Amino acid sequence: MATLFGSGIKRREDPRLITGSGTFTDDIKLPGLTFAAMVRSPYAHATIRKIDTAAAAQAPGVIAVITGKDIAGKVGPVPCAFNVPNCDLKLPPHPALATNKVRYVGDAVAMIVATSRAAARDAVDLVDVDYDPLPATVDPEKAVQPGTAQLHDEVPGNVAFTWHVAGGDADQAFAQAAVKVSLRIVQQRLLPTAMEPRSAVASYNKATGQLTLWATSQNPHIHRFLTSVTLGLPEHKIRVISPDVGGGFGSKIPGYADEFLVAYAAMTLGRSVKWTEDRSENYTVTTHGRDHVEYVEMCGTGDGTITGLRTKIHAGLGAYASTAAPGVPTILHGLMYSGAYTIPNVKGTVIGAYTNTTPVDAYRGAGRPEATYLIERLVDCYARRIGMDPALVRRKNLIPADKMPYTVATGITYDSGDYHAALDKAMELIDYRGFRERQEKARKDGHYLGIGVSSYTEICGLGPSQVAGQIGFGGGLYESAIVRVYPTGMVRAYIGTRPHGQGEETTFAQIVADEFGVPIENVEIVAGDTESTPQGWGTYGSRTTAVGGAALKNAAVKVKEKAKKLAAHLLEANEADLEWHDGKFQVKGSPAQAKAFGELALMANVAWNMPAGMEPGLEASAFFDPTNFVFPYGTHIATVDVDLETGEVTVLRYVCVDDCGPHINPMIVEGQVHGGVIQGVGEALQEIAVYSDDGQLMTGTMMDYAVPKASQMPTIESHFTYTPTPVNPLGVKGIGEAGTIGSVPCIVNAVVDALAPLGITHIDKPLTPARVWAAIQQAKGGAR
Amino acid sequence: MKRSIALSVNGVSHSVEVEPRALLAQVLRDDLNLTGTHIGCDTSQCGACTIHLNGRATKSCTVLAVQAEGAEITTIEGLAKNGALHPLQNAFWEKHGLQCGFCTPGMIMSAADLLASNGSPSDEQIRHAIEGNLCRCTGYQNIVAAIKSAASA
Amino acid sequence: MIPASFDYVRAKSLRDALNAIGTDGTKVLAGGHSLIPMMRFRLAQPGRLLDIGQLAELKGIDLKGRGARIGAGTSYRELLDSPELAERYPLIAEATRGIGDVQVRNRGTIGGGLAHADPASDMPAVMLALGATFNLRSKGGKRSVAAADFFTGAFTTALASDELLIDIALPAPPKKAGMAYASFEQKASGYAIAAAAAVVTKSRKTITGVTLALTGVGDRAYLADASGAVGSHGDDAALEAAVANVTKGIDVNGDIHASVEYRSHLARVVARRAIALALSRAG
Repeated sequence: MATLFGSGIKRREDPRLITGSGTFTDDIKLPGLTFAAMVRSPYAHATIRKIDTAAAAQAPGVIAVITGKDIAGKVGPVPCAFNVPNCDLKLPPHPALATNKVRYVGDAVAMIVATSRAAARDAVDLVDVDYDPLPATVDPEKAVQPGTAQLHDEVPGNVAFTWHVAGGDADQAFAQAAVKVSLRIVQQRLLPTAMEPRSAVASYNKATGQLTLWATSQNPHIHRFLTSVTLGLPEHKIRVISPDVGGGFGSKIPGYADEFLVAYAAMTLGRSVKWTEDRSENYTVTTHGRDHVEYVEMCGTGDGTITGLRTKIHAGLGAYASTAAPGVPTILHGLMYSGAYTIPNVKGTVIGAYTNTTPVDAYRGAGRPEATYLIERLVDCYARRIGMDPALVRRKNLIPADKMPYTVATGITYDSGDYHAALDKAMELIDYRGFRERQEKARKDGHYLGIGVSSYTEICGLGPSQVAGQIGFGGGLYESAIVRVYPTGMVRAYIGTRPHGQGEETTFAQIVADEFGVPIENVEIVAGDTESTPQGWGTYGSRTTAVGGAALKNAAVKVKEKAKKLAAHLLEANEADLEWHDGKFQVKGSPAQAKAFGELALMANVAWNMPAGMEPGLEASAFFDPTNFVFPYGTHIATVDVDLETGEVTVLRYVCVDDCGPHINPMIVEGQVHGGVIQGVGEALQEIAVYSDDGQLMTGTMMDYAVPKASQMPTIESHFTYTPTPVNPLGVKGIGEAGTIGSVPCIVNAVVDALAPLGITHIDKPLTPARVWAAIQQAKGGAR
Repeated sequence: MKRSIALSVNGVSHSVEVEPRALLAQVLRDDLNLTGTHIGCDTSQCGACTIHLNGRATKSCTVLAVQAEGAEITTIEGLAKNGALHPLQNAFWEKHGLQCGFCTPGMIMSAADLLASNGSPSDEQIRHAIEGNLCRCTGYQNIVAAIKSAASA
Repeated sequence: MIPASFDYVRAKSLRDALNAIGTDGTKVLAGGHSLIPMMRFRLAQPGRLLDIGQLAELKGIDLKGRGARIGAGTSYRELLDSPELAERYPLIAEATRGIGDVQVRNRGTIGGGLAHADPASDMPAVMLALGATFNLRSKGGKRSVAAADFFTGAFTTALASDELLIDIALPAPPKKAGMAYASFEQKASGYAIAAAAAVVTKSRKTITGVTLALTGVGDRAYLADASGAVGSHGDDAALEAAVANVTKGIDVNGDIHASVEYRSHLARVVARRAIALALSRAG
C-alpha cells in the first residue's frame, strides 16, 4: 500500500464546511437559551462613580443585569498564565467586570442576560454608568515616561516588566566594531481578525454541578483549567467544547472575561446563556498583536561579518496582561536575536508597558515576526552602509549547514537546516541578478523597482515542558493522544490540541492510516472536546503537528506493538519472526501465515484468545514531550514597483523557499504558507490599528482596518527544501507561522530598496501609500 | 411588534414571526436553523453572510428579513442539488480553497454569482469579484484557483 | 449589531410612498446599503422605514433620444448590465465597477446612494461631470434640481423631507467626448480618498472642453475648474498646470488614512489622470 505521508489528499474537514454543515460556537442552540450582551466603557480611562442598572433590569425580556459587585468573590480576576521570571513582572488584578475604574475602551462594566439578542442589546443602552474620565496613555514608549497617566496603583510608571537577554559580549563588540547601524522601528499594533468573532455558550446542571462551556478556543484544555481557577469550580466538573473554530491567529488562545461571565451567568441563573461578539466588539476587546517601539542596532566588520546586535524594546501590553502576553515580547522574541545568523554577541532589554488600550497577546508568529523584522531590517541597513549586496551579506552570515545543530548566542540550539540552500534557491527562482539589472535600467527611465530579501529562522513546536516551567509558562507544552481501535478495525484518535483550519483532521489521519495500513476512511480524528480528548495544550506556536502529531504517532506505534504481540500469539510464532507487510503481520518466509490489522482488532476486542497477561482491547495513549523546540527556516524574496507620485506599492513577484521538514500533506503545507505570507503582506503594506491620544480605537471596524482583500494581494510562488528535525519521530517542523515571519521584512526591504536612490533608509510599516508618499516628500526635502 | 412573513428559502416556503429590525442573516440562522450563513462583521465588508436573493449575491446581514419577503433566497445549504455537490463546492475541496471554513459559504455564493455571468473569468476578474468576501486563512490563492477550476468544470 | 426597533412599511406604489413620506421619523429605504449599516450601529434610529425597494416605477434605464433617464431605484448591477448605457456614458460603467463590491452593487441603488450623499461616494462626481438633473417629487408636486445644486454638504442634499428622488435625467454627452474615472481608494472601505470624473472634448489634437468633478476630497462632490487645459494638447505639463488649483476653496478632509496635504495631492493626481485618460478616449 502506498504511504499517505507525503500525499496531498483532499481534506476531510471540508465536506461539512463547504455545505454549511459545520458547527461553530454561535451555531449551538439549546433549550431555553438566553443571550448575553456586555456594557462596555466608551472611555479609555475613567473612574466609575456609579452604575445604575434599574432601567435595564426592568426592560422587556431582561433576566439579569450583572455588575462587578455581583460577582465579587465569585468570579476571580482574569488570569495571566505566563509569569516570565527574573523581570520583576507585575500582574495587577484584571477584574472580569470593572467596579472602580475602567482602563480601556471596551472594558466591561456590566453584563445583560435577556431572552433574545435584541432585548439584551436594547438593555445595554439603558445601563447608566457615571464615569469620571481620566487622562489616558496609549503609546508603549510614552507610557513609561514620568508624568504619564497611571493605570494601576500596583504598577509604578506603568512598567509591567523589564526583561534582559544577553549572549556573548555585545557592548564590547559594538565598542570594537568598524561599522554600526541603528534604527528606530515601530512595529504597529495589529488586529488579528479571525473571520469568526468570539463566542461562548454555557449550560449548567445544578443537580450534578456540571458546567458545559462551548467556546471559540484554540486550546479547550487551557480554557477548562482557567475556568476552574476563575470560577472556583472543580476542573472535573467542567467540560469545554471548542467546536469548529473560524480562525484564531492567537486571538483565541487567551481566557477572556466574557467566557467566564457567560459560565457564571449560566450557573447562577439556571439558564443556558450565549454570547457572541460583533466585529466592532472583536476589534475593541479581543486581543491585539505586536505594538513595539524599538531602538535597535547592529555592528559588524567593513567586509560584511555581523558581530553584534543590541535592542531596547518598548512593548505595549494594553490595559491588562492577557493570558500569554508577557511571554510574547520576551521569551518568544528576545531568544531569537541571532536570527538565522552566527551573530555571536546579542543584548536586549524589553520594557513591557501597560497602556489604556486593548490587551495585546500572541498574534500569528508572536514575538518571532518582530524579532525577524528588526534583524532583517538591520541586515539591509548594514549591507547598504558597507556597500555590499544585502543577499551577499546574508550568505556570508547564515549559519552553515555543517555547524548544525548550532547553539546561538542566547543559548538555544537550532535543530537542523541548510540555510544557504534556501537562500540560493530563492535567489535563483526570482532571478536575483537579472532583476538587479532590470532595476538599474528602470531607474534610468524613472521607474522605482525594488527587491527585498528576508532569511528567517523561527522557534516553534513549543516545546519541552521543563522549559515551559523555567520560562514561567503556567502549563505544560507536551501533547497527548489516544488511539482506539474498534472491533471492526475502525479507528478513532483523540487529540489534545485543537486544530482550527490547519487541516490536522486530515494529516493526523494520514499518520494513523499509514501506521496501521488501513484506508484513511477507517480513521477518524477527534479534537476539541475536553470530555473525550486527553490533556493537551492547544494549537498555537506551530506546535500541533510537531508535538501533537508526534504523540499520535507514538500512540499508534504502541497499538501496533500490542497487535504484533497478539499476532504472534495467534500465529503461534515468535514476535521476532513476524514482519509487517501491506497491513498484515506475517511470518517471515511464510506469508500465508498472517493476521491482518482488522482481524487483530477483532480478536483484541473480543478477547477470546489473548496471550497470558495481556489486557483485552486495542488502544493506547501516549504523551509526547519534545526534547527541544523546532526551528523552521527559509528565505523569502519579493520584488516591488513603487509609484512615486502616489506612494502606492505593487508587489510584482513573491518567491518563498521554506523548510519545515518533510510534508505530511504538501497541499496543506502550501496553503499554510499562502495564508501566512498574505497576513505578513497585510502587516507590511496596509494593516494598522490606530488609537487617538485619548484612547479611542480609530480603526474600530472593517471600514478602517484594512484586512487584505483578494484584489490587493499578490500571487505567491511557494517552494521548499526538506530538512527533517531530529526532535520528533516524524521529522516535521511547524509551518503555520513561518509565512508571516518571513514575509514582513522582505516586503519592507524591497520597498526601501526601490527608494534607496532617494536616500531613504527606512519607513515604518505599514507602507501605506500615504506613508510612502510622505517619506518620498521628506527625502526630496519637502519640495514637490 | 413582531409580524409574520413568508420567506422562500432553498425552494421551501417558511412562515416566520420577526421584528422588522431582524436582519435576514439572523433570521436564517436563528429561526430557520440555516447556520451555514455566517456573520463576520457589522459593516457589510466581510461577506461571510452572502446568500442569493433572486439569484444575486447579497450580504444577508445588510438586508432586513421583511425586505426579503417575496424573494427567492438560496443559501449554501441549498447549493448542492440532488445530493451532488455544486461544481464550486467540489472545486473548493479539490483545490484546498478553505482552511477554517468560516468565510467559505459566503465565498462560494459570491463565486456562483460571478460564474453565472462570466463563464471563464481571468484571475484578475475573480479577485475583483470576491472583493466583498474576506478570508484570513488562505491568502486567496487557492480560492482563485478553485473558482477558475469550477468555471472550466 | 442589532438596530433599534422601528416600524416598517412597504410602499406598494409611488403614490403610496409619496403619501407616507415626510411623516415624523420616517426614513426611506431603497437598497438599504447605506442606511442599514448606520442603523446597526444605532447611528441612525428612525421610527419608521418606508421601503421603496419594490417600486417598479422607480426602476429602469430609458435611453430614448440622445440622453438618458435612470430610475432612482435602479441598482448598480442593473447599470452595469446595460451595454447601451455603457456605450453612451462609459463614465458611469467605469465608476460603477468600483462601487463597493458585487454584493453591494447587486442591492445598492443609484438614487439611494445619491440621496445618502456620502462625501466619498463615486456617483455624485459622475453625475456632476455628466451634467445630470435630478427629478424630485412630493405629494404636493415635482421639481428638478441640477446635480450641481443637489449636494449641499456631508450626507445632506436639496431633498426636502417629503420629497423622493424619482429619476435622473442625463443630457446627451458632448459629441465624441472622452470620459474617464480615476479613483484612489482607501484600502479598507473601498471608498475614494480622492476620485475624479472627467469629460473631455477635443478638436484634432487640441482640447476644446473639460468637465471635471471630484469626490472624496471635501464634504461633498464638486465641479472643479480645469479649464486651463483647454487649448493645450494635454501634455503632462499642461495638465499639471490645469489641475494645480482643483482643491482651491475646498475644505479638504484630513483623517487617519490621508492627511490634508496628501489628499490634496491625490486630488490633483486623479484629476490629471482622469483628464489624460479621457483625452485618450476622445475623438
